[in-house]
Amino acid sequence: MSGKTLKESKIEKIKSAIMAYILPAITLFAAIVLWEISVWTLKIPIWLLPAPSLIANKIVSYWSYLSYHLFVTFYETILGFIMAIVIALPLSIAITYSKTLQNTIYPILLLFQSVPKQAIAPIIVLWFGLGITPKIIIAFLVAFFVIIVDTTTGLITAPPELIDIARLLGAKKSQIFLKIRLPHSLPFLFSGLKTSITLSVVGAVIGEFVASDEGAGYVILASAPQLNMDMAFASIILLSVMSMALFALVHVIEKLAIPWAFRAQH
Amino acid sequence: MEIIKLQEVTVIYYSKGSSILAVKDVTQSVNEGEFVSIIGPSGCGKSTLLKIVSGLLSPTKGEVYIKGKKVEGPQRGIGMAFQDPNLLPWRTAIKNVLLPIEILNEDLETYKKKALELFKLVNLNGFEEKYPWELSGGMQQRVSLIRALIHEPDILLLDEPFGALDALTREEMNLELQKIWMAKKKTILFVTHSIQEAVFLSDRVIVMSPRPGTIIHEEKIELKRPRNLKMMSSPEFIDYITSLRSKLGLKGGLE
Repeated sequence: MSGKTLKESKIEKIKSAIMAYILPAITLFAAIVLWEISVWTLKIPIWLLPAPSLIANKIVSYWSYLSYHLFVTFYETILGFIMAIVIALPLSIAITYSKTLQNTIYPILLLFQSVPKQAIAPIIVLWFGLGITPKIIIAFLVAFFVIIVDTTTGLITAPPELIDIARLLGAKKSQIFLKIRLPHSLPFLFSGLKTSITLSVVGAVIGEFVASDEGAGYVILASAPQLNMDMAFASIILLSVMSMALFALVHVIEKLAIPWAFRAQH
Repeated sequence: MEIIKLQEVTVIYYSKGSSILAVKDVTQSVNEGEFVSIIGPSGCGKSTLLKIVSGLLSPTKGEVYIKGKKVEGPQRGIGMAFQDPNLLPWRTAIKNVLLPIEILNEDLETYKKKALELFKLVNLNGFEEKYPWELSGGMQQRVSLIRALIHEPDILLLDEPFGALDALTREEMNLELQKIWMAKKKTILFVTHSIQEAVFLSDRVIVMSPRPGTIIHEEKIELKRPRNLKMMSSPEFIDYITSLRSKLGLKGGLE
């Protein structure tokens, strides 16, 4: 490769980085500016749609109030999410190795995956009371089914011919698991984690909507009917940022843990 | 000397109440160091025969012997490769090749030297530390072949290893495989859909019928070795192809 083409390819890379990050950022910023201008010029009342600057002001001046409630939701989400991982992983290994479980529990799990878990939130609240427990359980439920189904798919679909080769060599089940099945399942597991972490946030908020006296969902529910819209929006924006940050965190862990899965896609 | 012997092997697959007769009364033997190809229409039980020889599958009726010993369960002295190279994307080429050694709990350092020699044998020196996605299809298949060789098995079972490659790469791989076979003197059972490939590589070609698979013809290929791509247009080569094609044609032919 000559120096010139190398330089050209560098320019290409910078260009594609601009396309990937800077353009969407500019678009988002432009949308916010447009929102701000329209609210003022069209004289939209604050109880209908507050301007971004007012929401930002609310976040700053009510930071301790908002961050306290956001932390409650964060706590519910993370607890539910971790519970889902801790229970789903061993169970999905058990399903992989047990024909009986594959024929009994697994089809039921697949069936339950399509049940809208948020719809049963009122019942969960009825069963577990008003505290944070029902929220954790709803966050757990939405994450659990996604994680177990994705991970089991990953464990089961490990290349059968390679497993045959290993069996010819007299491989123990533990060797096949550690050297083939488990690493093969990791991209599936992370895909499940990325889907379910944001679902867990939604699950916790739905739980708060049903009945609560704290949490980001409670702030939205308490502010909106009083037409305290800048407060409701402030909470929504903080929730969104938290949800995105959690997703990004899982994504970064994935990139560090299984870099080969990203490069192998090309 | 006879290394593989199949005696009246019949395989019936049972699934959900119905049964399929996949292979019927196959009796066959393969000599040590022999290169034998199996051709036949899709679903005729070619791959099933390889699984039977490997011990991964037990015949419903009949017996299999390797070096005079009855096969009962998976055989360590066998290397296998398939149409899909089945390389692990989280391992470099050399770590993929050394996977069998890890499973056998043998000394990795000793076999690393052997692996490097094998990389040289298939012209992949310099690619040891590459990941599978950095290699072309033909290169991946070469890695898969030397993974099958690393633990020095006596027998190689190859199930359409070049089926997914383009025509040019395929011819190149045929030359590579001939080189491996001549250097390592392994017994090779080779399943393929290509008559040309079978004639080019084999000492003997076995033709199977559509399901239930039985052996309907055998042809000794007496072209001198090493064979080169030019020989593919020689009259003898074409005679073999014509003869084998007509044998397949009797029962529906290849697809």
